[in-house]
Amino acid sequence: MNALRLYWQYLMVSIRAQLQYRGAFLIAALGQFLSTGIEFLGIWALFDRFGHLQDWKLAEVALFYGVVNCAFALADALSTGFDQFGAAYVKTGDFDRILLRPRSTILQLAGHELALRRVGRLAQGMVVLVWAAGSLDVTWNMAHIGLLIFTIIGGICFFFGLIVLQAILSFWTIESLEIMNVLTYGGLESAQYPLSIYHVAFRRFFTLVIPLACISYFPIVGVLGIADPLGSPALFQWLSPSVGVGFLLLALQLWKMGVRHYTSTGS
Amino acid sequence: MMQWQRPYLAVLSARYRMLLQYRAAALAGFGTQLFWGAIRLMILAAFYDASTQAQPMSMSDIVPYVWLGQALFAMLPWNVDAELVQKIRDGSVAYELLRPLDLYTFWYARTLALRTAPTTLRCIPMIAFAMLLLPAVGLEDWAMPLPPSLLAGSLFCLSIAMAFLVTTAITMLIHISLLWTISAQGADRVMPAVVMMFSGMVVPLPLLPDWVQPLLVAQPFRGLVDVPFRIYSGNIAPDVASIEILQQVVWLLLLIWLGRRLLARGTQQLVIQGG
Repeated sequence: MNALRLYWQYLMVSIRAQLQYRGAFLIAALGQFLSTGIEFLGIWALFDRFGHLQDWKLAEVALFYGVVNCAFALADALSTGFDQFGAAYVKTGDFDRILLRPRSTILQLAGHELALRRVGRLAQGMVVLVWAAGSLDVTWNMAHIGLLIFTIIGGICFFFGLIVLQAILSFWTIESLEIMNVLTYGGLESAQYPLSIYHVAFRRFFTLVIPLACISYFPIVGVLGIADPLGSPALFQWLSPSVGVGFLLLALQLWKMGVRHYTSTGS
Repeated sequence: MMQWQRPYLAVLSARYRMLLQYRAAALAGFGTQLFWGAIRLMILAAFYDASTQAQPMSMSDIVPYVWLGQALFAMLPWNVDAELVQKIRDGSVAYELLRPLDLYTFWYARTLALRTAPTTLRCIPMIAFAMLLLPAVGLEDWAMPLPPSLLAGSLFCLSIAMAFLVTTAITMLIHISLLWTISAQGADRVMPAVVMMFSGMVVPLPLLPDWVQPLLVAQPFRGLVDVPFRIYSGNIAPDVASIEILQQVVWLLLLIWLGRRLLARGTQQLVIQGG
Protein backbone atom coordinates (compact mmCIF):
# COMPACT_ATOMS: atom_id res chain seq x y z
CA MET A 1 0.00 0.00 0.00
CA ASN A 2 2.91 2.24 0.87
CA ALA A 3 4.34 1.66 -2.62
CA LEU A 4 1.09 2.65 -4.28
CA ARG A 5 0.90 5.85 -2.27
CA LEU A 6 4.45 6.73 -3.19
CA TYR A 7 3.70 6.02 -6.85
CA TRP A 8 0.66 8.30 -6.63
CA GLN A 9 2.82 11.06 -5.15
CA TYR A 10 5.39 10.65 -7.93
CA LEU A 11 2.63 11.11 -10.50
CA MET A 12 1.15 14.16 -8.78
CA VAL A 13 4.55 15.87 -8.60
CA SER A 14 5.09 15.13 -12.29
CA ILE A 15 1.69 16.55 -13.26
CA ARG A 16 2.22 19.72 -11.23
CA ALA A 17 5.65 20.18 -12.80
CA GLN A 18 4.29 19.88 -16.32
CA LEU A 19 1.43 22.26 -15.67
CA GLN A 20 3.98 24.96 -14.83
CA TYR A 21 4.63 25.16 -18.58
CA ARG A 22 1.02 25.37 -19.66
CA GLY A 23 1.63 26.78 -23.13
CA ALA A 24 4.23 24.17 -24.02
CA PHE A 25 1.94 21.42 -22.72
CA LEU A 26 -1.06 22.64 -24.72
CA ILE A 27 0.90 22.94 -27.95
CA ALA A 28 2.54 19.53 -27.50
CA ALA A 29 -0.86 17.93 -26.84
CA LEU A 30 -2.43 19.71 -29.80
CA GLY A 31 0.47 18.65 -32.02
CA GLN A 32 -0.03 15.06 -30.98
CA PHE A 33 -3.79 15.25 -31.46
CA LEU A 34 -3.22 16.47 -35.02
CA SER A 35 -0.37 14.15 -35.96
CA THR A 36 -2.31 11.11 -34.79
CA GLY A 37 -5.58 12.48 -36.14
CA ILE A 38 -4.28 12.54 -39.70
CA GLU A 39 -3.74 8.77 -39.45
CA PHE A 40 -7.46 8.27 -38.97
CA LEU A 41 -8.21 10.83 -41.64
CA GLY A 42 -6.12 8.65 -43.96
CA ILE A 43 -8.12 5.55 -43.03
CA TRP A 44 -11.37 7.42 -43.56
CA ALA A 45 -10.18 8.66 -46.98
CA LEU A 46 -9.28 5.15 -48.12
CA PHE A 47 -12.71 3.84 -47.10
CA ASP A 48 -14.33 6.82 -48.82
CA ARG A 49 -12.51 5.87 -52.00
CA PHE A 50 -12.72 2.06 -51.88
CA GLY A 51 -15.94 1.53 -49.87
CA HIS A 52 -14.71 -1.48 -47.88
CA LEU A 53 -11.57 -3.41 -47.01
CA GLN A 54 -12.17 -7.06 -47.82
CA ASP A 55 -15.16 -7.72 -45.53
CA TRP A 56 -14.36 -4.98 -43.05
CA LYS A 57 -16.34 -1.75 -42.75
CA LEU A 58 -14.98 1.62 -41.60
CA ALA A 59 -16.71 1.47 -38.18
CA GLU A 60 -15.13 -1.92 -37.48
CA VAL A 61 -11.63 -0.75 -38.41
CA ALA A 62 -12.29 2.38 -36.31
CA LEU A 63 -12.88 0.15 -33.28
CA PHE A 64 -9.47 -1.52 -33.81
CA TYR A 65 -7.93 1.92 -34.26
CA GLY A 66 -9.57 3.47 -31.19
CA VAL A 67 -8.77 0.62 -28.80
CA VAL A 68 -5.12 0.28 -29.76
CA ASN A 69 -4.52 4.04 -29.73
CA CYS A 70 -6.06 4.45 -26.26
CA ALA A 71 -3.98 1.57 -24.93
CA PHE A 72 -0.80 2.85 -26.54
CA ALA A 73 -1.31 6.44 -25.35
CA LEU A 74 -1.80 5.33 -21.73
CA ALA A 75 1.15 2.93 -21.82
CA ASP A 76 3.29 5.60 -23.44
CA ALA A 77 2.34 8.20 -20.82
CA LEU A 78 3.06 5.85 -17.91
CA SER A 79 6.35 4.40 -19.16
CA THR A 80 8.44 7.51 -19.89
CA GLY A 81 11.03 6.46 -17.29
CA PHE A 82 11.65 3.20 -19.15
CA ASP A 83 11.37 4.83 -22.57
CA GLN A 84 14.16 7.30 -21.80
CA PHE A 85 16.05 4.88 -19.59
CA GLY A 86 19.17 4.56 -21.77
CA ALA A 87 19.78 8.26 -22.30
CA ALA A 88 18.47 9.56 -18.97
CA TYR A 89 19.72 6.91 -16.52
CA VAL A 90 22.36 4.57 -17.95
CA LYS A 91 24.43 7.06 -19.93
CA THR A 92 24.42 9.64 -17.14
CA GLY A 93 25.01 7.08 -14.40
CA ASP A 94 21.87 8.24 -12.58
CA PHE A 95 20.68 4.65 -12.32
CA ASP A 96 23.25 4.21 -9.52
CA ARG A 97 21.23 6.64 -7.42
CA ILE A 98 18.02 4.74 -8.11
CA LEU A 99 19.70 1.52 -6.98
CA LEU A 100 20.72 3.08 -3.69
CA ARG A 101 17.19 4.00 -2.68
CA PRO A 102 15.21 1.51 -0.60
CA ARG A 103 12.42 1.13 -3.15
CA SER A 104 12.11 -1.10 -6.21
CA THR A 105 13.65 0.19 -9.44
CA ILE A 106 10.40 -0.55 -11.29
CA LEU A 107 8.39 1.70 -8.97
CA GLN A 108 10.86 4.56 -9.28
CA LEU A 109 11.13 4.41 -13.05
CA ALA A 110 7.36 4.05 -13.48
CA GLY A 111 7.02 7.16 -11.35
CA HIS A 112 9.60 9.09 -13.40
CA GLU A 113 6.95 11.04 -15.30
CA LEU A 114 3.30 10.83 -16.29
CA ALA A 115 3.65 12.36 -19.75
CA LEU A 116 0.59 14.58 -19.97
CA ARG A 117 1.19 15.51 -23.61
CA ARG A 118 0.03 12.00 -24.55
CA VAL A 119 -3.53 13.13 -23.90
CA GLY A 120 -3.38 14.29 -27.53
CA ARG A 121 -3.32 10.71 -28.78
CA LEU A 122 -5.62 9.50 -26.02
CA ALA A 123 -8.30 12.08 -26.78
CA GLN A 124 -8.10 11.30 -30.46
CA GLY A 125 -8.32 7.55 -29.84
CA MET A 126 -11.31 8.02 -27.51
CA VAL A 127 -13.18 10.12 -30.06
CA VAL A 128 -12.70 7.43 -32.70
CA LEU A 129 -13.59 4.69 -30.20
CA VAL A 130 -16.82 6.35 -29.12
CA TRP A 131 -17.79 7.07 -32.71
CA ALA A 132 -17.10 3.46 -33.69
CA ALA A 133 -19.04 2.10 -30.71
CA GLY A 134 -22.03 4.21 -31.68
CA SER A 135 -22.03 3.31 -35.37
CA LEU A 136 -21.63 -0.45 -34.98
CA ASP A 137 -24.53 -2.94 -34.77
CA VAL A 138 -23.23 -4.25 -31.46
CA THR A 139 -25.55 -4.47 -28.46
CA TRP A 140 -23.40 -2.97 -25.75
CA ASN A 141 -24.16 -5.15 -22.74
CA MET A 142 -21.94 -5.41 -19.69
CA ALA A 143 -20.02 -8.34 -21.15
CA HIS A 144 -19.06 -6.43 -24.29
CA ILE A 145 -18.04 -3.30 -22.40
CA GLY A 146 -16.12 -5.46 -19.96
CA LEU A 147 -14.22 -7.18 -22.77
CA LEU A 148 -13.42 -3.81 -24.35
CA ILE A 149 -11.97 -2.48 -21.08
CA PHE A 150 -10.12 -5.77 -20.52
CA THR A 151 -8.63 -5.39 -24.03
CA ILE A 152 -7.43 -1.86 -23.32
CA ILE A 153 -5.88 -2.97 -20.01
CA GLY A 154 -4.21 -5.89 -21.77
CA GLY A 155 -2.98 -3.45 -24.41
CA ILE A 156 -1.52 -1.04 -21.85
CA CYS A 157 0.34 -3.96 -20.24
CA PHE A 158 1.55 -5.22 -23.62
CA PHE A 159 2.97 -1.88 -24.81
CA PHE A 160 4.38 -1.16 -21.35
CA GLY A 161 6.12 -4.54 -21.54
CA LEU A 162 7.60 -3.71 -24.94
CA ILE A 163 9.04 -0.46 -23.59
CA VAL A 164 10.49 -2.29 -20.59
CA LEU A 165 12.18 -4.69 -23.04
CA GLN A 166 13.60 -1.69 -24.88
CA ALA A 167 14.96 -0.34 -21.58
CA ILE A 168 16.52 -3.72 -20.76
CA LEU A 169 18.48 -3.59 -24.02
CA SER A 170 20.10 -0.32 -22.97
CA PHE A 171 21.85 -2.11 -20.08
CA TRP A 172 24.08 -3.42 -22.86
CA THR A 173 23.90 -0.72 -25.51
CA ILE A 174 23.90 2.34 -23.17
CA GLU A 175 21.93 4.35 -25.73
CA SER A 176 18.17 4.02 -26.12
CA LEU A 177 17.51 1.75 -29.04
CA GLU A 178 15.46 3.39 -31.75
CA ILE A 179 15.18 0.12 -33.58
CA MET A 180 12.64 -1.00 -30.96
CA ASN A 181 10.34 1.58 -32.53
CA VAL A 182 9.64 -1.08 -35.12
CA LEU A 183 7.84 -3.10 -32.44
CA THR A 184 6.24 -0.27 -30.46
CA TYR A 185 5.19 2.26 -33.09
CA GLY A 186 5.21 -0.39 -35.82
CA GLY A 187 2.98 -2.61 -33.71
CA LEU A 188 0.64 0.30 -33.06
CA GLU A 189 0.55 1.16 -36.75
CA SER A 190 -0.26 -2.38 -37.85
CA ALA A 191 -2.83 -3.05 -35.10
CA GLN A 192 -4.89 -0.09 -36.32
CA TYR A 193 -6.12 -2.40 -39.07
CA PRO A 194 -7.48 -5.95 -38.64
CA LEU A 195 -4.63 -8.43 -38.67
CA SER A 196 -6.35 -10.63 -41.24
CA ILE A 197 -5.46 -8.25 -44.10
CA TYR A 198 -1.71 -8.79 -43.68
CA HIS A 199 0.66 -11.35 -45.12
CA VAL A 200 0.66 -14.68 -43.28
CA ALA A 201 4.31 -14.41 -42.11
CA PHE A 202 3.54 -10.99 -40.64
CA ARG A 203 0.42 -12.33 -38.89
CA ARG A 204 2.38 -15.19 -37.32
CA PHE A 205 5.07 -12.81 -36.09
CA PHE A 206 2.54 -10.56 -34.34
CA THR A 207 0.67 -13.50 -32.84
CA LEU A 208 3.31 -16.00 -31.84
CA VAL A 209 6.55 -14.01 -31.39
CA ILE A 210 5.11 -10.67 -30.23
CA PRO A 211 1.53 -11.25 -28.97
CA LEU A 212 0.14 -8.01 -30.38
CA ALA A 213 -2.92 -9.76 -31.86
CA CYS A 214 -4.00 -10.92 -28.40
CA ILE A 215 -4.66 -7.36 -27.26
CA SER A 216 -6.13 -6.07 -30.48
CA TYR A 217 -7.35 -8.37 -33.22
CA PHE A 218 -8.71 -11.39 -31.32
CA PRO A 219 -10.61 -9.68 -28.49
CA ILE A 220 -12.06 -7.04 -30.80
CA VAL A 221 -13.37 -9.73 -33.12
CA GLY A 222 -14.97 -11.09 -29.93
CA VAL A 223 -16.54 -7.71 -29.18
CA LEU A 224 -17.83 -7.40 -32.73
CA GLY A 225 -19.35 -10.90 -32.41
CA ILE A 226 -18.46 -11.86 -35.98
CA ALA A 227 -16.97 -15.10 -37.27
CA ASP A 228 -13.19 -14.64 -37.33
CA PRO A 229 -11.78 -14.93 -40.89
CA LEU A 230 -8.73 -16.48 -39.24
CA GLY A 231 -10.93 -19.03 -37.43
CA SER A 232 -10.11 -18.38 -33.75
CA PRO A 233 -12.64 -19.79 -31.21
CA ALA A 234 -14.75 -17.36 -29.15
CA LEU A 235 -13.39 -18.55 -25.80
CA PHE A 236 -9.85 -17.70 -26.91
CA GLN A 237 -10.96 -14.26 -28.10
CA TRP A 238 -12.46 -13.46 -24.70
CA LEU A 239 -9.42 -14.63 -22.75
CA SER A 240 -6.65 -13.38 -25.04
CA PRO A 241 -6.05 -9.93 -23.42
CA SER A 242 -4.62 -11.78 -20.41
CA VAL A 243 -1.66 -12.62 -22.67
CA GLY A 244 -0.83 -8.89 -22.59
CA VAL A 245 -0.74 -8.96 -18.78
CA GLY A 246 1.45 -12.07 -18.89
CA PHE A 247 3.75 -10.34 -21.36
CA LEU A 248 4.28 -7.47 -18.93
CA LEU A 249 5.00 -9.82 -16.02
CA LEU A 250 7.54 -11.65 -18.17
CA ALA A 251 9.17 -8.36 -19.18
CA LEU A 252 9.43 -7.28 -15.54
CA GLN A 253 11.08 -10.60 -14.64
CA LEU A 254 13.60 -10.03 -17.43
CA TRP A 255 14.11 -6.51 -16.09
CA LYS A 256 15.14 -7.89 -12.70
CA MET A 257 17.67 -10.12 -14.46
CA GLY A 258 18.91 -7.15 -16.45
CA VAL A 259 19.41 -5.06 -13.32
CA ARG A 260 21.71 -7.76 -11.95
CA HIS A 261 23.78 -7.37 -15.14
CA TYR A 262 24.06 -3.61 -14.81
CA THR A 263 27.50 -2.10 -14.66
CA SER A 264 27.70 1.63 -14.12
CA THR A 265 29.18 3.80 -16.85
CA GLY A 266 30.95 5.69 -14.08
CA SER A 267 29.96 9.07 -15.44
CA MET B 1 33.13 31.00 -59.97
CA MET B 2 31.80 34.16 -58.43
CA GLN B 3 33.16 35.12 -55.05
CA TRP B 4 29.92 35.87 -53.18
CA GLN B 5 28.73 32.26 -53.19
CA ARG B 6 31.74 30.87 -51.42
CA PRO B 7 30.78 31.24 -47.75
CA TYR B 8 27.31 29.82 -48.42
CA LEU B 9 28.66 26.80 -50.28
CA ALA B 10 31.24 26.32 -47.53
CA VAL B 11 28.61 26.20 -44.76
CA LEU B 12 26.46 23.88 -46.88
CA SER B 13 29.28 21.44 -47.44
CA ALA B 14 30.58 21.59 -43.86
CA ARG B 15 27.14 20.98 -42.34
CA TYR B 16 26.42 18.26 -44.89
CA ARG B 17 29.59 16.35 -44.03
CA MET B 18 28.99 16.83 -40.32
CA LEU B 19 25.45 15.45 -40.52
CA LEU B 20 26.64 12.45 -42.56
CA GLN B 21 28.33 11.19 -39.39
CA TYR B 22 25.06 10.13 -37.74
CA ARG B 23 25.06 6.66 -39.26
CA ALA B 24 23.62 4.67 -36.33
CA ALA B 25 20.52 6.87 -36.23
CA ALA B 26 20.15 6.44 -39.98
CA LEU B 27 20.36 2.66 -39.67
CA ALA B 28 17.63 2.61 -37.02
CA GLY B 29 15.58 4.94 -39.22
CA PHE B 30 16.06 2.57 -42.12
CA GLY B 31 14.72 -0.39 -40.12
CA THR B 32 11.65 1.55 -39.00
CA GLN B 33 10.98 2.98 -42.44
CA LEU B 34 11.29 -0.46 -44.02
CA PHE B 35 8.68 -1.88 -41.68
CA TRP B 36 6.39 1.07 -42.35
CA GLY B 37 6.71 0.61 -46.10
CA ALA B 38 5.76 -3.05 -45.80
CA ILE B 39 2.66 -2.26 -43.70
CA ARG B 40 1.58 0.57 -46.02
CA LEU B 41 1.90 -1.65 -49.09
CA MET B 42 -0.03 -4.50 -47.50
CA ILE B 43 -2.86 -2.17 -46.43
CA LEU B 44 -3.13 -0.47 -49.80
CA ALA B 45 -2.88 -3.80 -51.64
CA ALA B 46 -5.74 -5.15 -49.50
CA PHE B 47 -7.89 -2.15 -50.48
CA TYR B 48 -6.96 -2.52 -54.16
CA ASP B 49 -7.57 -6.31 -54.22
CA ALA B 50 -11.19 -5.88 -53.23
CA SER B 51 -11.84 -2.93 -55.52
CA THR B 52 -13.49 -3.39 -58.90
CA GLN B 53 -13.90 0.18 -60.17
CA ALA B 54 -11.06 2.12 -61.82
CA GLN B 55 -8.97 4.27 -59.48
CA PRO B 56 -6.97 7.43 -60.23
CA MET B 57 -3.79 5.49 -59.45
CA SER B 58 -3.03 1.86 -60.18
CA MET B 59 -1.30 -0.43 -57.68
CA SER B 60 1.81 -0.28 -59.89
CA ASP B 61 1.87 3.51 -59.34
CA ILE B 62 1.41 2.96 -55.61
CA VAL B 63 4.46 0.70 -55.15
CA PRO B 64 7.14 3.28 -56.12
CA TYR B 65 5.11 6.00 -54.34
CA VAL B 66 5.30 4.10 -51.06
CA TRP B 67 8.98 3.11 -51.35
CA LEU B 68 10.09 6.59 -52.42
CA GLY B 69 8.11 7.95 -49.48
CA GLN B 70 9.96 5.67 -47.08
CA ALA B 71 13.35 6.38 -48.69
CA LEU B 72 12.92 10.16 -48.70
CA PHE B 73 10.92 10.50 -45.49
CA ALA B 74 13.65 12.51 -43.75
CA MET B 75 13.48 15.27 -46.37
CA LEU B 76 10.10 16.50 -45.08
CA PRO B 77 10.19 19.55 -42.77
CA TRP B 78 9.52 17.43 -39.66
CA ASN B 79 12.39 18.67 -37.46
CA VAL B 80 14.50 21.79 -36.89
CA ASP B 81 18.20 22.53 -36.71
CA ALA B 82 18.83 22.00 -32.99
CA GLU B 83 21.98 24.14 -33.06
CA LEU B 84 20.15 27.05 -34.61
CA VAL B 85 17.37 26.76 -32.02
CA GLN B 86 19.99 26.83 -29.30
CA LYS B 87 21.59 29.94 -30.81
CA ILE B 88 18.24 31.73 -30.77
CA ARG B 89 17.53 30.63 -27.23
CA ASP B 90 20.87 31.50 -25.64
CA GLY B 91 21.36 34.74 -27.54
CA SER B 92 24.40 33.75 -29.61
CA VAL B 93 22.19 34.47 -32.62
CA ALA B 94 23.66 37.95 -32.20
CA TYR B 95 26.91 36.68 -33.73
CA GLU B 96 24.96 35.41 -36.72
CA LEU B 97 23.59 38.90 -37.23
CA LEU B 98 27.07 40.41 -37.19
CA ARG B 99 28.41 38.36 -40.08
CA PRO B 100 28.88 40.30 -43.31
CA LEU B 101 26.61 37.82 -45.06
CA ASP B 102 23.02 37.64 -46.18
CA LEU B 103 21.39 35.97 -43.17
CA TYR B 104 18.61 34.25 -45.10
CA THR B 105 20.99 32.66 -47.61
CA PHE B 106 23.39 31.69 -44.85
CA TRP B 107 20.70 29.90 -42.82
CA TYR B 108 19.16 28.49 -45.99
CA ALA B 109 22.49 26.83 -46.83
CA ARG B 110 22.76 25.12 -43.46
CA THR B 111 19.08 24.17 -43.53
CA LEU B 112 19.59 22.62 -46.96
CA ALA B 113 22.30 20.43 -45.42
CA LEU B 114 19.88 19.46 -42.62
CA ARG B 115 17.32 18.31 -45.17
CA THR B 116 19.70 16.54 -47.57
CA ALA B 117 22.36 14.78 -45.45
CA PRO B 118 20.13 12.52 -43.30
CA THR B 119 18.03 11.78 -46.37
CA THR B 120 21.11 10.69 -48.32
CA LEU B 121 22.04 8.24 -45.57
CA ARG B 122 18.56 6.77 -45.35
CA CYS B 123 17.58 6.61 -48.99
CA ILE B 124 20.53 4.60 -50.31
CA PRO B 125 19.87 1.41 -48.29
CA MET B 126 16.11 1.77 -48.80
CA ILE B 127 16.32 2.08 -52.58
CA ALA B 128 18.84 -0.77 -52.72
CA PHE B 129 16.47 -2.92 -50.68
CA ALA B 130 13.32 -2.07 -52.62
CA MET B 131 14.89 -2.16 -56.06
CA LEU B 132 17.47 -4.96 -55.85
CA LEU B 133 16.79 -7.20 -52.86
CA LEU B 134 13.01 -7.60 -53.16
CA PRO B 135 13.14 -8.96 -56.76
CA ALA B 136 16.06 -11.20 -55.75
CA VAL B 137 13.96 -12.94 -53.09
CA GLY B 138 11.00 -13.39 -55.44
CA LEU B 139 8.83 -10.45 -54.38
CA GLU B 140 8.82 -8.69 -57.79
CA ASP B 141 5.27 -7.39 -57.29
CA TRP B 142 6.38 -5.41 -54.26
CA ALA B 143 9.71 -4.23 -55.70
CA MET B 144 10.35 -0.68 -56.75
CA PRO B 145 10.50 -0.41 -60.56
CA LEU B 146 12.62 1.95 -62.62
CA PRO B 147 10.82 4.95 -64.15
CA PRO B 148 9.00 3.95 -67.36
CA SER B 149 11.23 6.11 -69.57
CA LEU B 150 14.49 8.04 -69.46
CA LEU B 151 12.46 11.23 -69.87
CA ALA B 152 10.29 10.42 -66.84
CA GLY B 153 13.45 9.66 -64.86
CA SER B 154 15.09 12.97 -65.76
CA LEU B 155 11.94 14.94 -65.00
CA PHE B 156 11.75 13.16 -61.64
CA CYS B 157 15.33 14.24 -60.85
CA LEU B 158 14.45 17.83 -61.69
CA SER B 159 11.24 17.70 -59.65
CA ILE B 160 12.84 16.08 -56.59
CA ALA B 161 15.60 18.72 -56.67
CA MET B 162 12.84 21.36 -56.55
CA ALA B 163 11.20 19.43 -53.71
CA PHE B 164 14.43 19.66 -51.68
CA LEU B 165 14.59 23.42 -52.24
CA VAL B 166 10.90 23.81 -51.25
CA THR B 167 11.21 21.69 -48.10
CA THR B 168 14.24 23.78 -47.10
CA ALA B 169 12.23 26.97 -47.58
CA ILE B 170 9.43 25.56 -45.37
CA THR B 171 11.94 24.52 -42.68
CA MET B 172 13.31 28.06 -42.87
CA LEU B 173 9.84 29.44 -42.10
CA ILE B 174 9.74 27.26 -38.97
CA HIS B 175 13.23 28.45 -38.00
CA ILE B 176 12.22 32.06 -38.47
CA SER B 177 9.05 31.58 -36.40
CA LEU B 178 11.38 30.69 -33.49
CA LEU B 179 12.52 34.30 -33.40
CA TRP B 180 9.09 35.04 -31.97
CA THR B 181 8.33 31.92 -29.93
CA ILE B 182 11.92 31.35 -28.68
CA SER B 183 11.28 27.78 -27.55
CA ALA B 184 11.15 25.11 -30.21
CA GLN B 185 7.61 24.24 -29.24
CA GLY B 186 5.50 26.24 -31.59
CA ALA B 187 5.20 25.81 -35.32
CA ASP B 188 7.41 22.74 -35.31
CA ARG B 189 4.87 20.79 -33.23
CA VAL B 190 1.90 21.52 -35.46
CA MET B 191 3.53 21.82 -38.90
CA PRO B 192 4.55 18.16 -39.36
CA ALA B 193 0.95 16.93 -39.20
CA VAL B 194 -0.14 19.43 -41.82
CA VAL B 195 2.81 18.63 -44.08
CA MET B 196 2.36 14.84 -43.80
CA MET B 197 -1.29 15.03 -44.77
CA PHE B 198 -1.05 17.56 -47.58
CA SER B 199 2.15 16.25 -49.14
CA GLY B 200 0.70 12.79 -49.75
CA MET B 201 2.79 10.98 -47.14
CA VAL B 202 -0.26 9.63 -45.27
CA VAL B 203 -2.33 8.68 -48.30
CA PRO B 204 -1.35 9.35 -51.93
CA LEU B 205 -3.21 12.56 -52.74
CA PRO B 206 -5.17 11.24 -55.76
CA LEU B 207 -6.84 8.70 -53.44
CA LEU B 208 -8.33 11.45 -51.25
CA PRO B 209 -11.97 12.30 -52.02
CA ASP B 210 -12.62 13.89 -55.43
CA TRP B 211 -14.22 16.99 -53.89
CA VAL B 212 -11.01 18.04 -52.09
CA GLN B 213 -8.83 17.62 -55.18
CA PRO B 214 -9.19 21.27 -56.33
CA LEU B 215 -7.92 22.38 -52.91
CA LEU B 216 -5.06 19.89 -52.93
CA VAL B 217 -3.77 21.15 -56.26
CA ALA B 218 -3.49 24.70 -54.92
CA GLN B 219 -1.08 24.15 -51.99
CA PRO B 220 2.72 23.93 -51.82
CA PHE B 221 3.08 20.67 -49.88
CA ARG B 222 2.13 18.39 -52.76
CA GLY B 223 5.33 19.54 -54.45
CA LEU B 224 7.30 17.70 -51.74
CA VAL B 225 5.94 14.21 -52.31
CA ASP B 226 2.98 13.82 -54.62
CA VAL B 227 4.34 15.62 -57.68
CA PRO B 228 7.84 14.07 -57.90
CA PHE B 229 6.64 10.57 -56.95
CA ARG B 230 3.90 10.51 -59.56
CA ILE B 231 6.28 11.83 -62.19
CA TYR B 232 8.54 8.90 -61.30
CA SER B 233 5.85 6.28 -61.91
CA GLY B 234 4.49 8.04 -65.00
CA ASN B 235 1.13 8.73 -63.30
CA ILE B 236 1.86 12.36 -64.15
CA ALA B 237 2.71 12.10 -67.86
CA PRO B 238 5.96 13.76 -69.04
CA ASP B 239 4.09 16.36 -71.13
CA VAL B 240 2.25 17.78 -68.07
CA ALA B 241 5.21 17.28 -65.74
CA SER B 242 6.84 20.53 -66.85
CA ILE B 243 3.76 22.50 -65.71
CA GLU B 244 3.90 20.75 -62.33
CA ILE B 245 7.61 21.55 -61.96
CA LEU B 246 6.90 25.15 -62.87
CA GLN B 247 4.34 25.21 -60.04
CA GLN B 248 7.02 23.95 -57.66
CA VAL B 249 9.28 26.83 -58.77
CA VAL B 250 6.51 29.39 -58.21
CA TRP B 251 5.86 28.05 -54.69
CA LEU B 252 9.59 28.05 -53.99
CA LEU B 253 9.90 31.72 -54.93
CA LEU B 254 6.82 32.63 -52.87
CA LEU B 255 8.09 30.78 -49.80
CA ILE B 256 11.54 32.35 -50.06
CA TRP B 257 9.99 35.80 -50.46
CA LEU B 258 7.80 35.20 -47.40
CA GLY B 259 10.75 33.87 -45.40
CA ARG B 260 12.90 36.88 -46.28
CA ARG B 261 10.18 39.33 -45.25
CA LEU B 262 9.52 37.58 -41.95
CA LEU B 263 13.23 37.30 -41.21
CA ALA B 264 13.71 41.02 -41.85
CA ARG B 265 10.84 41.83 -39.51
CA GLY B 266 12.00 39.27 -36.95
CA THR B 267 15.54 40.59 -36.72
CA GLN B 268 14.25 44.16 -36.35
CA GLN B 269 12.22 43.37 -33.24
CA LEU B 270 14.57 40.68 -31.94
CA VAL B 271 15.44 40.82 -28.27
CA ILE B 272 18.71 39.05 -27.64
CA GLN B 273 18.33 36.48 -24.87
CA GLY B 274 20.91 35.68 -22.30
CA GLY B 275 23.86 37.41 -20.80
